[in-house]
Amino acid sequence: MNRINKVFEQKKDEKVMSLFITAGYPNVNETVNLILGFERNGADIVELGMPFSDPLADGPIIQYSSNVAISNGVTIQGIFDMVAETRKNSEIPIILMGYINPMVRYGLEKFFSNAAKAGVDGLIVPDLPLDEATMIEEFAHSNGIQLIYLIAPNTSDERMQLSDDKSNGFVYCVSVTGVTGARDGSEVQQSVDTFIQRSKANITKNPLMVGFGIKNYNDAQSISKEADGFIVGSALIEIIRDTYPTENWKDEVFNFVHQLKFGYPNQ
Amino acid sequence: MSVITTTTYSKPNHKGYFGAYGGKFVPETLIPALNDLEVAYKEASEDAEFEKEYLHLLHEYVGRPTELSFADRLTGFYGGAKIYLKREDLCHTGAHKINNAIGQILLALRMGKKRIIAETGAGQHGVATATACAKFGVECVVYMGEEDMVRQKLNVDRMQLMGAEVRGVSSGSKTLKDATNEAIRDWVTNVDDTFYIIGSVVGPHPYPMMVRNFHRIIGDETKRQLMDIEGRLPDYLIACVGGGSNAMGIFYPFINDDVHIIGVEAGGLGVESGQTAATLTKGKPGVLHGSMSYLLHDQEGQIELAHSISAGLDYPGIGPEHAYLHDTKRVDYHAVTDAEALEAVSLLSRLEGIIPALETAHAFAWLEKLMPKTTSEEIVVLNCSGRGDKDMETISKYL
Ligand SMILES: Cc1ncc(COP(=O)(O)O)c(C=O)c1O
Repeated sequence: MNRINKVFEQKKDEKVMSLFITAGYPNVNETVNLILGFERNGADIVELGMPFSDPLADGPIIQYSSNVAISNGVTIQGIFDMVAETRKNSEIPIILMGYINPMVRYGLEKFFSNAAKAGVDGLIVPDLPLDEATMIEEFAHSNGIQLIYLIAPNTSDERMQLSDDKSNGFVYCVSVTGVTGARDGSEVQQSVDTFIQRSKANITKNPLMVGFGIKNYNDAQSISKEADGFIVGSALIEIIRDTYPTENWKDEVFNFVHQLKFGYPNQ
Repeated sequence: MSVITTTTYSKPNHKGYFGAYGGKFVPETLIPALNDLEVAYKEASEDAEFEKEYLHLLHEYVGRPTELSFADRLTGFYGGAKIYLKREDLCHTGAHKINNAIGQILLALRMGKKRIIAETGAGQHGVATATACAKFGVECVVYMGEEDMVRQKLNVDRMQLMGAEVRGVSSGSKTLKDATNEAIRDWVTNVDDTFYIIGSVVGPHPYPMMVRNFHRIIGDETKRQLMDIEGRLPDYLIACVGGGSNAMGIFYPFINDDVHIIGVEAGGLGVESGQTAATLTKGKPGVLHGSMSYLLHDQEGQIELAHSISAGLDYPGIGPEHAYLHDTKRVDYHAVTDAEALEAVSLLSRLEGIIPALETAHAFAWLEKLMPKTTSEEIVVLNCSGRGDKDMETISKYL
């Protein structure tokens, strides 16, 4: 069974936590250490962002981490190597998240086969809606890479059902219309309840993960009340940005991760 | 007013593809907005009232039809084909961009949208959008790269005077590409009440088709005017190509005709210099700003910074229909350098008393290569897409 499905099988009684970081941020040597540390501190899934120069679905924080990662010289091959390295010590599900252009340039067929060889489990492409995804579906299926589609508050019931149909692993609920970035908890909460209820009615095959704007344990618990789990990205990258490269930056980051999942620090 | 040609060329297909190029590569949040837009545009384009209002505004507000001027001294200078200029520089606001801004704002109003956003490079599309918004009393936010705000300061002042908010963009190259990213982010966030008026034949479907259709009046008028004057079609059509809207506007009605069509890109410091905006000459297929087309990007698929002295051509992408016309060889695309464009500005100013925009000057610069191959029996029509007032600061630095 695919690692993603296995996590949802095993964690039926808790909220599954998926963490997003940009590969190569804050530097290329730390990405594997960060993934392993996230796992030790409660992360159930890791989303590894493949940086793109023009991330038009991202807010200022992920734009920033993407720019740093690109200047650090991160490459697609380098990201596959990071995944392979992680696989020596961990079976945590790894989902790559990236814009379509770098994959097109790399060569789609080669991209999927090398991703699978490295040990990648899933893929999220924020600028590849269902309508265009036929260009990658076959490569994804033949290499056992699960495709995860996003739905937003303005997605129709019909499209939600289609996303459920096409997704494997889980469906990603973008809690607000907007770009990535931490938001005021109440702002997210207001719109999200009715949206999640509608999503649940339409998404019957896959688990539901909620993301965009979650910044602490309380947000995570309330926003994912009706969902199977939650996704945190910008708030995590913000902590890295604010602590790196102080001496104990990783301890602080891992503490934040532990707190996100369990509501109390790890020490 | 518009001459409807019966065409055998019928692109894009229902998914917005021109051959392998086009499509809708956007976040899911924008899909409902694009679908609504597609439906609204289709209804509007089948509604005679909409067409009537659009043409009425183009006539009594924009000043259409624009003239087709015979450039006799320029013709004499080269001693080859007769050169005619399609005078989009005479449009209200000084460039062709207003044709599209008027069309899109009418559509926005029809869709009940309360807020307009736009991106701009040279500021001509920003000015056109700010103008249309002032005319209809609609809130207007224009995204513009900080570098462009410096080199096109006059247009920043014009937009502000007309009540638009100009938001400087400091990310990336601080030019048109980054302004477009920021406009798309705004749209994703405010999709309910906001209409995004894209300024060229770029972006996700239906924009490339819609913007082309709002500009095809340039080509339709040209055809009719040249028929009146010369009783025949031109041998050559030339236009500069940034995103490609003025070019598609004049090319489209001639696609099925026996006319040699030429698009001129910005070569910057030279197409091999690494400081260029010659997308079709130097680029490779990829996805940027919602569509598949040619792009300047590196081995890793990271978008490369374009360079052109002309802010309106300083863009690493190009409209998907141009990518298709390039691959099928229906249109020839060439590049000219910053220096050649500047030369053309002086030449045209002295010979014809027309100071062209730096964008437009790229089309004029290609005459150096083309004209020696023509004969006095032939006819060249060049789309004079805009006037150069906005560029005076840049131009005077080099004179
Ligand atoms: C006068 C003029 N011509 C041409 C362009 C390039 O745009 P397009 O290629 O869409 O016509 C611009 C863009 O700002 C412009 O102002």
